[in-house]
Amino acid sequence: MADISLSAATPVVPRRRFRWSTVVDHAILITGALIMFLPLLILVQTASTPDVETMKYGPGLYFGDQLDDNFRKALFEASGFSGENTGLAMFKNSMILGLGFAFGKIIIGMMAAYAIVYFRLRFATFAFWLIFTTLLLPLEVRILPSYEITQKLGLLNSYTGLIVPLIASATATFFFRQFFRSVPEELVEAARIDGAGPVKFFIDILVPLSQTMIAAMFIIMFVYGWNQYLWPTMVTTEEGMYTLVRGIKQIVQVLQGGNEIPEYGRANVLAIIAVLPPVAIVIFFQSWFVKGLTESDK
Amino acid sequence: MAQVTLDSVRKIYPNGVEAVTPASFQIKDGEFVVLVGPSGCGKSTLLRMIAGLEDITEGALCIGENVVNTLDPADRDIAMVFQNYALYPHMTVRKNIAYGLKNRKTPKDVIAQKVDEAAKMLNLTDYLDRKPAQLSGGQRQRVAMGRAIVRDPALFLFDEPLSNLDAKLRNQMRIEIKALQRRLGVTSIYVTHDQVEAMTMADRIIVLNGGRIEQIGTPSEIYHNPASTFVASFMGAPPMNLVAAEMQDGRLSFAGLELPLASSLRGPVTLGLRPEDLIIDSHGPLAMEVELIEELGAHRLLHGQVDGQRLTVHLAKEEQVALGPLRLSCRVQNLCLFHPETGARMEGGFAFNLAQTRQEERV
Ligand SMILES: Nc1ncnc2c1ncn2[C@@H]1O[C@H](COP(=O)(O)OP(=O)(O)OP(=O)(O)O)[C@@H](O)[C@H]1O
Ligand SMILES: [Mg+2]
Repeated sequence: MADISLSAATPVVPRRRFRWSTVVDHAILITGALIMFLPLLILVQTASTPDVETMKYGPGLYFGDQLDDNFRKALFEASGFSGENTGLAMFKNSMILGLGFAFGKIIIGMMAAYAIVYFRLRFATFAFWLIFTTLLLPLEVRILPSYEITQKLGLLNSYTGLIVPLIASATATFFFRQFFRSVPEELVEAARIDGAGPVKFFIDILVPLSQTMIAAMFIIMFVYGWNQYLWPTMVTTEEGMYTLVRGIKQIVQVLQGGNEIPEYGRANVLAIIAVLPPVAIVIFFQSWFVKGLTESDK
Repeated sequence: MAQVTLDSVRKIYPNGVEAVTPASFQIKDGEFVVLVGPSGCGKSTLLRMIAGLEDITEGALCIGENVVNTLDPADRDIAMVFQNYALYPHMTVRKNIAYGLKNRKTPKDVIAQKVDEAAKMLNLTDYLDRKPAQLSGGQRQRVAMGRAIVRDPALFLFDEPLSNLDAKLRNQMRIEIKALQRRLGVTSIYVTHDQVEAMTMADRIIVLNGGRIEQIGTPSEIYHNPASTFVASFMGAPPMNLVAAEMQDGRLSFAGLELPLASSLRGPVTLGLRPEDLIIDSHGPLAMEVELIEELGAHRLLHGQVDGQRLTVHLAKEEQVALGPLRLSCRVQNLCLFHPETGARMEGGFAFNLAQTRQEERV
């Protein structure tokens, strides 16, 4: 007894063994991280330097004092002719696009998957594979007809036109289908006996069970929607409807006009702002994200 | 509460499997009926048809007075307990139990009161605010029971509700379920492949084999008068000994055993002997070679051979035994004869000369 308590009282701290392989691993990882980080640093550096200097010397090694100023300009001053595309307005548009895109895709994907998995439709499997093959047809392939339809419906320069044509989602449908199929059959049967109809079962049981899956989908789809460039560029011609990603382009575009110095600082501040929400969302939801894609709490 | 009537209810799955051949029986109000049979014999299918989770291919099913063939499960006034409990994982115990009532638009205060009652009955009061994942297997089982009883259904359906529990808990829950059913007096159908559960819980047992009903009867009828070798070997632990015997000139002979039987049967028969009907008797007619002794505490099982055929003997713990040769006699009033090929019970042709049997109780 005495021996045991004695040895327990003086815990031996094991000395970590020094290993070259660990050092090499870390060196590689740190180098990689720095390389990935470099563009961001340049972004911040440019954003803080006066445009003239950037124009003359390119990205430099020292941070300037313009960050404040550029920030204010970027957020509150319009860059175009109409005076509507302030950073704030574009941020709002991007937000609407990202959220609308994510929620729309989740809702539609979930409902499609629900129909395919839980109802005895005659061509459910066929329909599913049909939906699945549309993964091979991204927006870029069908962009002209999509544009034409949107235009004919008079949806150019509207949030509806920005979001709805992109909203059908094979990816979300696929993931939700796989998830629903893993929900035990007995749960459905218990709910049926408990008097829950199809709508109640969906809302009371399936949606809460899919929480983590929804969160994972939300991240992917929000970032995807937020970063859309081509479609917003085509659909929005009014400056008031510009999204951030599109707006940055417009600021730098002045270069091609020739007379003015492009507002690098301002554009880069916008770029920083454009990067933040996706990062924030990923950080905020990341534990859910991993859970949603790997485990299921049923 | 209600009686359940099946009239030639049959199930053929879309892939052509006939899982249940036309089955007819009636379950009385308040009765506890156990469906028992080996895996794949169609027990779940039959139960799920009664629940409305599976379409009935042919036949009529009545719960109470009404034919319910086309009724939705929710409208059949039934409650079901599943093997894996099927609790809603994201709801607390309270919500799980209340969900069925809530969907039926029961007033809030009534729900609260009923849930509390059920929880008290099942010793779940302390767990009402937990999620199913935070409960033990037995507690989950109770929640599943609670979900069934709050609704005051006309019929309880159980599909192997205890098979995920360990042996000790299974015994305990078995008693609890039975007691609860007695107390509530709700007609119940209980599916199991465990013959001990069937024997101990049932008012009546329905033995299924390959989609066909082999026998319906009280546990003691099933045990003492099995309708076929299948029932005889399925019910009872250890199962009935089935040995090849011979009928000739009104005498049944097996090994050294010679029994006068008032029967016109001739030729080979299958003789069924319950292990507990075999007795050690130094002057007995049967010579057994004991090969293995199974010690079970309250009693012992001897496994060995008589005349080259396997035989099991059930002995009280006081009796002294050793491996090697042993002489046995048997209590003849419990003998059963079966057709050697079909395995069906041979009733008519087999009547003991009772007077003689009493005399020769120990042959
Ligand atoms: N959905 C289905 N489609 C086709 N055949 C099925 C289906 N479900 C069950 N079967 C078949 O019907 C037969 C009876 O199945 P059932 O599930 O009723 O057996 P069980 O007696 O409950 O067995 P267990 O004790 O293993 O649960 C089996 O042969 C099975 O293969
Ligand atoms: Mg089964």
